[in-house]
Amino acid sequence: MNVIEIKDLYKIYNGSSVEVRAVNGIDLTVEEGEFTAIVGPSGSGKTTFLNLLGGLDRPTKGSVYVDNVDIWKLKSRKLIDFRLNNIGFVFQAYNLIPVLTAKENVEFIMQLQGRSKKDREKRTRDLLEEVGLGDRLDSRPSKLSGGQQQRVAVARALASKPKFILADEPTANLDSKSTETLLNIMEKLNKEENITFIFSTHDARVVKKARRVITIEDGQILSDESK
Amino acid sequence: MLFSISWRNVWRNKLRSSVIITAIALGICAGVFSSAFYKGMADQRIDKVINTELSHIQIHQYDFRQANDITKYIPNAKDIASDIRSMDEVQGASYRTIIFSMISSAETAAGVKIAGIDPEVEKTVSNLNTKLIEGNYFEEKRRNPVLIGRKIAEKLKIKLGSKAIITVQDIDNNITAGAFRVVGIFDTQNNAFDEANIFVQHKDLSRLMNLPNGSGHEIAVLADNNEAVFNLQLSLNNNYKGMEVLSWTELSPEMSYLNEVMDLFMYIFIIIILFALLFGIINTMLMVVLERVKELGMLMAIGMNKLRVFRMIVLETIMLSLTGGVLGILLGVVVSKYFETHKIDLSMWGDTYSDLGYDPFVYTSLHPTLLINVTIMVILTGILASLYPAYKALQNDPADALRIE
Repeated sequence: MNVIEIKDLYKIYNGSSVEVRAVNGIDLTVEEGEFTAIVGPSGSGKTTFLNLLGGLDRPTKGSVYVDNVDIWKLKSRKLIDFRLNNIGFVFQAYNLIPVLTAKENVEFIMQLQGRSKKDREKRTRDLLEEVGLGDRLDSRPSKLSGGQQQRVAVARALASKPKFILADEPTANLDSKSTETLLNIMEKLNKEENITFIFSTHDARVVKKARRVITIEDGQILSDESK
Repeated sequence: MLFSISWRNVWRNKLRSSVIITAIALGICAGVFSSAFYKGMADQRIDKVINTELSHIQIHQYDFRQANDITKYIPNAKDIASDIRSMDEVQGASYRTIIFSMISSAETAAGVKIAGIDPEVEKTVSNLNTKLIEGNYFEEKRRNPVLIGRKIAEKLKIKLGSKAIITVQDIDNNITAGAFRVVGIFDTQNNAFDEANIFVQHKDLSRLMNLPNGSGHEIAVLADNNEAVFNLQLSLNNNYKGMEVLSWTELSPEMSYLNEVMDLFMYIFIIIILFALLFGIINTMLMVVLERVKELGMLMAIGMNKLRVFRMIVLETIMLSLTGGVLGILLGVVVSKYFETHKIDLSMWGDTYSDLGYDPFVYTSLHPTLLINVTIMVILTGILASLYPAYKALQNDPADALRIE
């Protein structure tokens, strides 16, 4: 079953003298349960592509269907709600809320969804235990290592029960041990709970774990290989 | 959780928040103290008007006040005063003979209002007996004693024990004079009153003016409290139809407005303080929003809608403002409460305040309404200060914000 369907997607920046085609006519489908890496050199358009996919950046042309909903036809407010309920985000710089504890960071997104306190607390505990942070529930981000913060970010992304998770260079700021731990957690979630992951990366270790590798260059798909 | 996040965000940059909170606290403290100071001043002035100068209610024959017609006297004033003293909610009632006339010393003469009073009965409505700075309150068995104010004593260059001649017109239009002896000099801290009023015994003035015993031009009534005045005035109007029954607010309308004018003045003062603080708060919150562009972008990216982001910034600003406001109010209350029992001495400015009728020693007076209103004003300032920073926060584009390194 297709989770994402991308048709004829363009993102063109019109500078003062030069036109930059960050995404230049991409067609793509992603099925439920995929573990997909998007690779490519710096400036190839990976992040822009993920932003279009995640409803953060408006395409110049083309459509992005998530569960058969053309997300760029949604009004601004509906799109935010759609992101909240359907897309999980993991950022390169973790981007946790610094004044909240690990538990509160995960719980926060469920509170935005209006879920009950009992439900929130149980799911938060389960998720943080799943990413190996059951003993750091009350730690603030500043008291956690980079790897631990990124694992909280993964738990947060999963908390809203999204259709898929977008991770932009999730291991770029991590040491090899933390990278390994994070990848194992993501792989386990993918295999055991059939969660769809799409991540942009430079990291060969990430690419090695991916079951589908899409290479982008100059805003176009250069190759699309499944293992 | 929005409350929790907002509150914790206030303390993310402790130094910056402390600076603006201190500024708000000092501003509000100054506002609260100033209000209590001026309110105290006004309360003391009104208290003086009631307890020394006018009493709560005065009764006259019609036309007496307008024309100062001494023939318009109340024949049974003493009996009426006695009857009124037995009424509910009445603390005291006194009868007075009044004439505007002359007092002269060996040096000079001055026009004054002469009040003939029954000293013991007068104590039930006036605290004049406590205002003496020299001599006593008609306690010596002397013939024709007179109490005069400090200012008129200076003007006439007379002192305690001096003789003064009082010249009056009697009810038959004859000019008559009497020699009086100064037995007391009073100082009410209202120079205008002290310069224009003298007090003699009722029987002496009545004799001089040829008025019948027990008559008077004025009956002064002191109620148990200011709240009782309205009903008491109604009762007196019913009981003494044909006479003019006026409350102190009608006798001295400018004094009745004093409280309102002072309140208005102080609220304008506090609004000016808050207006100045408003820009400080806006500046702080703009810095907060600019520093957190990436975080706000992330919140919007993961699904926090604009209304929630707006509410978060508004809440944060209100909490920041209210923390300073509450501290300022507490500080203002402590300082004001201290000066409720410890006088603020303004006598260094000489007679300036006494010339205007105000005590040079001020005791603050703090009203709970002021504190409630200031709290509401601080919250409104917080809301107002938050609007522009919150608007700026909403201008963030999540994708752009997340690109910031």
